[in-house]
Amino acid sequence: MNDQAATAHQKPHPGTAGYIKIALTLFVLTALEVGAYEVARRGAPPGLAAVVAPLIIQILLVLSAAKFALVAMFYMHLKQDSKIFSSVFVFPIIIAAIILFALIALFWYLGIQHP
Amino acid sequence: MSHDSAHAIPIETSTGLDSRKLAIWTFIGSECLFFASLISVYMVYKGKSLVGPFPHQPWTSPTGQEFEPILQIPLVTTGTALLLFSSFFVVMALAGAQRGDRRALLGWLGATIFCGMFFVGMQVYEFYHFVHEGLGYTTNLFGSTFYTLTGFHGTHVTIGLIWLLTIWILALRGKLPPEKSLNLEIAALYWHFVDVVWIVIFPVVYLMR
Amino acid sequence: MANAAVEQPHPRSDAHASATGVWSWITTVDHKRIGILYGVTAFFFFLLGGLEALLMRWQLGAPDNTFVSPDVYNQLFTMHGTTMIFLGVMPLSAMFFNFMIPLQIGARDVAFPRLNAFSYWVFLLGGLLLNSSFLLNAAPNAGWFGYANLTSKQFSPGLNVDFWVIGLQILGVASLAAAINFFVTIVNLRCQGMRMMRMPMFVWMSFITQVLLLLAFPVITVALILLMVDRFFGTSFFMPAGGGDPVLWQHLFWIFGHPEVYILILPAFGIISEILPVFSRKPLFGYAAMVFSGALIAFLGFGVWSHHMFATGMGPVADTVFGLATMLIAIPTGVKIFNWLGTVWGGSLRLKTPMYFALGFIAMFIIGGLSGIMHSVPPADLQQTDTYFVVAHFHYVLFGGSVLALLGGAYYWFPKMFGRVLGDGLGKLHFWLTFIGMNLTFFPMHFLGLNGMPRRVYTYPEGLGFELWNRIETLGSLVLGASFLVFIYNIIRSRHNIAPADPWEGATLEWSIPSPPQEFNFPALPTVYSRDPLWEQRRTHGTAPEPTRVSGEGIHLPNPSFWPIVTALGIAVFFVGFLLGVKLWVILAGGAITALGIFSWAFEPAG
Repeated sequence: MNDQAATAHQKPHPGTAGYIKIALTLFVLTALEVGAYEVARRGAPPGLAAVVAPLIIQILLVLSAAKFALVAMFYMHLKQDSKIFSSVFVFPIIIAAIILFALIALFWYLGIQHP
Repeated sequence: MSHDSAHAIPIETSTGLDSRKLAIWTFIGSECLFFASLISVYMVYKGKSLVGPFPHQPWTSPTGQEFEPILQIPLVTTGTALLLFSSFFVVMALAGAQRGDRRALLGWLGATIFCGMFFVGMQVYEFYHFVHEGLGYTTNLFGSTFYTLTGFHGTHVTIGLIWLLTIWILALRGKLPPEKSLNLEIAALYWHFVDVVWIVIFPVVYLMR
Repeated sequence: MANAAVEQPHPRSDAHASATGVWSWITTVDHKRIGILYGVTAFFFFLLGGLEALLMRWQLGAPDNTFVSPDVYNQLFTMHGTTMIFLGVMPLSAMFFNFMIPLQIGARDVAFPRLNAFSYWVFLLGGLLLNSSFLLNAAPNAGWFGYANLTSKQFSPGLNVDFWVIGLQILGVASLAAAINFFVTIVNLRCQGMRMMRMPMFVWMSFITQVLLLLAFPVITVALILLMVDRFFGTSFFMPAGGGDPVLWQHLFWIFGHPEVYILILPAFGIISEILPVFSRKPLFGYAAMVFSGALIAFLGFGVWSHHMFATGMGPVADTVFGLATMLIAIPTGVKIFNWLGTVWGGSLRLKTPMYFALGFIAMFIIGGLSGIMHSVPPADLQQTDTYFVVAHFHYVLFGGSVLALLGGAYYWFPKMFGRVLGDGLGKLHFWLTFIGMNLTFFPMHFLGLNGMPRRVYTYPEGLGFELWNRIETLGSLVLGASFLVFIYNIIRSRHNIAPADPWEGATLEWSIPSPPQEFNFPALPTVYSRDPLWEQRRTHGTAPEPTRVSGEGIHLPNPSFWPIVTALGIAVFFVGFLLGVKLWVILAGGAITALGIFSWAFEPAG
């Protein structure tokens, strides 16, 4: 890195062991996502499906958000780097989320259905 | 001898941050809105296709032709996992570049590129298979939204691969010393972003029924 | 990529720097030259848009008129809107971003000088492409907002809408690249001591504008892509027969479109916030409130888009939410108005031309804001929408707002940019013709609108009571046309009025260097200790002597480059390939040229 000042401000990076742990966590979270999908799809095992199926959207949302955060914070080094980078990334995500949820609300739940 | 940037002493910036790194983050922020719009369109039209084939349900056409649910979860899950691991690989490549370990850099970066190429290959195969199964770009809203969303994502992955490959060749020719590792860091940030977008697309398209 | 943030021990004299000739302009990476390029090009397009307006006004000057056909009229109002917004006001603002931001923050150039040049060339090519449609009698004709599914292949089979889609996509690339550039420049290249809360207000408003550009343009990019594939490949994103919803276009367009109008007005707010203090000899009132209200306007601006859609049947919940959010924006806007008034109040006013335009801005913008608030009430808007009442509203905020501010900025900064002071007598004549002209043209539109005259219709019948006001508006538009002739005459007449470095006793850094500045801007990068550094200096050290021109030896500047224009050309060719009916080899050629441009750019020896 050629910017000495910036390097000096950074907190220490996770290191190889840390990165491997994150990679494995991402793998496990993905497996859980697909697992939840399969359980909901097959409706089996019945006890688990009864819990998972009605909450599948929320489960997928939480799991994917966790993966998103892990990659952003540790692989993209947002946790260690200047908060300016985090702001530059997070603010558009907030606007994006507002737009996404507003459009879903407008088209799925509100207003007159267009023929 | 041609050389790219990141060579001489950078002047002080108001924040102490490198302008190019700030620029790629700014670009990434903007791209969030691009993909959010595409994902919004996908969500708005989810379940609204007038005819099949459908992603998660079987369908019989008016002419009696039967279609299975068209999404193939195992294949895409494999591609997803590989893309996730590629993020890990590029982090290791960057660490290698920063400490001047050329072999580590070439090895990990090569692995990243390989994973990325497999992902694109998987998508190309998936598109080909879908078209063969009767899901064209204009067949229904699912086809249109699916190909547009995943197609633009795949294009971004491809551009990332070209970028990473260029850097790999530079590294091979000994032109990526630690002082120039920022070039890889910037490409890696773009690559992670492309991965992060897929982290959102994968459940939305493939796992939500 | 070589950029201004990289210094090398590479002596460069000022004599070499002021290279002349076409090639030096084609390869320039100097923000001041790029600013002038933007300004000249945009001024030309602005006059073209004005001509389109005059033709419309002539057609509407009498009932049942046959001066232009309905189809030509549709092209006129579409191109007038598209041109004024994307080829007029936005690039005129870009002229000031380019020239003034580095000077006001005490920098030598923007963060990415070649990217800066690239943005200009893409803008030029996009504007030329858009207007080349006139040569084929196929100018865009479905409104500047391109509502689906009028814009579908079914209802717009010609090339008109294709030109519009492709032209705007190209222009979007220019805006996005420039936004990244100015965002990084403002964050990273401020001189010593210039904290964010010490920046000139023009820089702050421009900064917020860049954020809006970054967040809004991707959305219209997606909308245009969807329209493009509907038209070229037969998808049904906006086609009801295929399950699509035309109203989705409106949502996507206005999610971009509403932030876009703040993109049009925030730089104007910034310019006014520069002029009023200097010509009142008082600092800007409520600096922090001005910053935060600007940021709040931008943020809230993302939550109001469907106030353009009150007539589409979204239902009472959506109408209420968007109506309330729209009313909320009036609050930070009001804060700004009161702060401007507070700036002028108790000041020692110098009523020069820039001040005339600034004061005129306040009055006209208030009128536009009042009609805007009237639109925010959905039931009232149901009557106003699609009538001339809306046309009145947005012309008061866009002409009375943005254009008056840009003209004020032109008089204010002309000395710095060109080393000449524009005549004050002619300037005031220009102002009065503009002021009278715009009010004659746009005020009666309030009445016509409330009396039911619809927008975007090429004529009206006798006997509805529209004749008198339309005739007055047409007269007003002629007065406006005359005002621009006075402006051009003033520019030509003033070519011998040499300007000092600081003709206005300004407060900000651009006035501390010669007019026009030398290529390297500052002999030594300044350090600031206040929001009004030159006033601060004047207080403590007295009036500064006229700065002399120095040799600039030892100051490193980025080399000129050919690759920005090549890359821009590649992008234009790529998109033209679609316009020609998805000609694959043209698209690939464009891609190849773009790739060549990018790689050459990246590996160019650093300057």
